[in-house]
Amino acid sequence: MGPNLFINYGEAVSAILFCIGFTNLLLQNNLIKKIIGLNIMDSAIYLFLAEKGYIAGRVAPIVVDGVTSTEAYINPIPSGLVLTGIVVSVSVTALMLSLTIRLYMRYHTLDLDEISTLLKKEGK
Amino acid sequence: MNFICNFPFFSILLSLFSGTICSVLPGKAAKIVNRVVIAVIGVMSAVLLLYLLSTGESFIYWMGHFPAPWGNEIRAGVLEAGMALFFCIIMYLSMAGGAHKLFGEVVATKHNLYYILVNLLLSSLLALVYTNDMFTAYVFVEINTISACGLIMIRQVGRTIVAAVRYMIMSLLGSGLLLFGLCIMYDLTGHLLMSNIKESVNLLVANGEYQIPLIVSIALMCIGLCIKSALFPFHAWLPDAYGYSTVSSAAILSSLVSKGYIFLLIKIIYRVIGFDIFDNTRIIDVLFVFGLMGMIFGSLSAIKENDIRRMIAFSSVAQIGYIYMGIGMGTQLGMVASVFHILSHAATKSLLFIAAIGLTDVSGGSRKFIELTGSGYRNKWAGVAFTVGSLSMVGVPLFSGFISKLLFSQAAVQIADDKMLAALIVLGISTVLNAIYFMKTVIRIYTPVEETSYPSVTIWDRIPYAVVLVFFIVLNVLLGVSSQPIVDMIGQGLSMFS
Repeated sequence: MGPNLFINYGEAVSAILFCIGFTNLLLQNNLIKKIIGLNIMDSAIYLFLAEKGYIAGRVAPIVVDGVTSTEAYINPIPSGLVLTGIVVSVSVTALMLSLTIRLYMRYHTLDLDEISTLLKKEGK
Repeated sequence: MNFICNFPFFSILLSLFSGTICSVLPGKAAKIVNRVVIAVIGVMSAVLLLYLLSTGESFIYWMGHFPAPWGNEIRAGVLEAGMALFFCIIMYLSMAGGAHKLFGEVVATKHNLYYILVNLLLSSLLALVYTNDMFTAYVFVEINTISACGLIMIRQVGRTIVAAVRYMIMSLLGSGLLLFGLCIMYDLTGHLLMSNIKESVNLLVANGEYQIPLIVSIALMCIGLCIKSALFPFHAWLPDAYGYSTVSSAAILSSLVSKGYIFLLIKIIYRVIGFDIFDNTRIIDVLFVFGLMGMIFGSLSAIKENDIRRMIAFSSVAQIGYIYMGIGMGTQLGMVASVFHILSHAATKSLLFIAAIGLTDVSGGSRKFIELTGSGYRNKWAGVAFTVGSLSMVGVPLFSGFISKLLFSQAAVQIADDKMLAALIVLGISTVLNAIYFMKTVIRIYTPVEETSYPSVTIWDRIPYAVVLVFFIVLNVLLGVSSQPIVDMIGQGLSMFS
């Protein structure tokens, strides 16, 4: 495990970032911070994918100057996955933010625990 | 290739497009489109199922013109087609049974939005059932989450918005883990199609390479899907989400959405990892233990509950525990029992939600047990239906719940190791606990009250609702009485998987 960890430092960093994002999404009370956590978590996965698709010394798979040899380009599939993933994560973030706005307009706080106590007082 | 082989693709696309069309239609027209689409997809799935049963083998359908390692694929076997048919039936009945509540609980201008969400949900469920590609599965998992969140918050009260936020947070944690597990799997095998991944995984295991990353990847995917399907310690969002959303949503969420994820997990176990390799990892024991804990703690929470809708929701936690226990047994029989319980729980739980709404309607809209006293006399059909659902959940013969309990115990006695005793004991305890809270409710709704201010309704007041309840009861009895062909079909479908 030892030497591989240093060779694949990009993946290691992305795993650490994933954990940071995950704990933020799970444990923060503030909804905006939760959403930031969500985005850190998703970006960490995209970093992981990009790191996996990259091959040193090659360029992005866009044909320029008529070079069609596969040797010249990096693996395009992870890049495609990252693009799809970004679309998903943007839409999910938008949905979360709109929910947050609704909650804020109703309860004037972003703290999920506080909202729960307010709900109990409402008693509905 | 036979024309029928296009049906899985057609059904996914049809529900996806009808969702888009609903956005410009008025509420009434959207409702008709929604019903027709669900019915058409149900018929297509039934035809597909008959076709697959006659040919006896599954088929793979290319999406586009590229063969295996490059293109995207759909795969259909007996189990997939059967699930799609069953999902359509339950969804149609749930929509029809809760339609009258939609008017009171959802703003009139938003009715067509509700049908968009339902159509999107159906298409994502079908895609989860049929797809042969892991990344497609992930994308549709997210679509499923978004539309389910919409179904919860379409009824705009404080509780539902908070429930939707909680649901989203837990779901996003789950899908984050699923995606990370998937990426590690892609990294290890270099493939995204399930059949290709399985070949590479077999090769990796045979050569003894990359064992730790492989286990990590499997574990991440399993935990992700467990969180999303509300396995025991991750169920905190569930009671509010099921308890306060409009009744069609609650029925669909409890009986279909969580089942879609479980079905995907079963598919991953069989078609991506391979049942034997999965059986050899310790993850299966973790699923088993948490399944057992869910069976006990879900029921205990349900006993403490004083609100009928939340009680039914907590009972879902227990029932999902049953399904995971079956998966965790690590035998073919356990898996068959689990798949059967997916069907039986879906049929029963949607019946209970739809029947409960009839009972609360004749109790002034209150869901507290004290107000529900005697409501079985005020709305006789809902009372009968609720009793049938309760008896089925407890596991009384004639009803579907009995068969799944029977299958679980048969599977349990045939396991060789310590799991046998644990499974049987917990099954026994859980059945008693089920009986406590369901029979308590049934006795409560049939306790006569001297004088009541609430009016009674007869069957003629609301015929469509009564018809839906009759269909649900028939479905339950059908699953309970003629279970053998269905069990055979599940066994055949599972063997087609590998």
